[in-house]
Amino acid sequence: MGDPGALALQRLPGRPTDGVELAFALRLPSDVSLVDPAVELFAHHCFAGINASRHSLFRLRVSLAEALANAIQFGNGSDRLKVVHIHAELHVDHIRLRVQDEGSGFNPSIVPDPRDPALLESPCGRGLFIIRHLAEHVEFNEKGNTIWMTLPRS
Amino acid sequence: MGLTTTARGEVSVVRVDGQLTVGNRQELKATVQAGLDAGARKFLLDCSPTGYIDSSGLGALVTIAKRVREAGGQIRLAGLNDDLRSLFELTKLDTLFAIYPGIEEALQGF
Repeated sequence: MGDPGALALQRLPGRPTDGVELAFALRLPSDVSLVDPAVELFAHHCFAGINASRHSLFRLRVSLAEALANAIQFGNGSDRLKVVHIHAELHVDHIRLRVQDEGSGFNPSIVPDPRDPALLESPCGRGLFIIRHLAEHVEFNEKGNTIWMTLPRS
Repeated sequence: MGLTTTARGEVSVVRVDGQLTVGNRQELKATVQAGLDAGARKFLLDCSPTGYIDSSGLGALVTIAKRVREAGGQIRLAGLNDDLRSLFELTKLDTLFAIYPGIEEALQGF
């Protein structure tokens, strides 16, 4: 099991011309036991000094947890030698999160709908579907190993 | 996540504190399995102190419900906050689970 205390969030300068007040980055080892501590770290820093709604916190926590679980398990194949790169940009009213794994990527357009009756009792396959409903905007790079999620910061 | 199991008559009430996610879902599976092994057949998951559940947590609940049903038992959920309730509705898992507003309502007729 990974050591949550070893998670070192890197604080990056803002880019006022792009509307970025502040940015953070973290290199996360491919260990699912570190997902919850990493999510809490980002939830704390992304909403510091803001009276955020419970709903906004829920959206960020679940979306980030889903993206990290996918990156660790499917992207990096839970290979402890690979890391997941997390980057957050704080804008005045929204947060832009980037999660990148070191895998070969996937095609997000062919992920089946988990509400299909044949899939309803499946134990997996809901992560991306949930992200697409909780985030305001979702993008992938062409390779399919990087996801950008835009979430409210209010 | 913290799990606390208490008996209310024949019903094992499992209180799920914190979050149910990819990092801790196995604990809940093991807790319910231990209950099944000990002969319990009625389970009520108290989600009133549950902050959030990710898709791995939802998947664990689906697996647990299947195991309980296969053992001839029943499982109910109670105390989901608005966000969690909407997650179950979004994924249509509200059609797989008996969901009640609170513990007392869930215990009635169980």
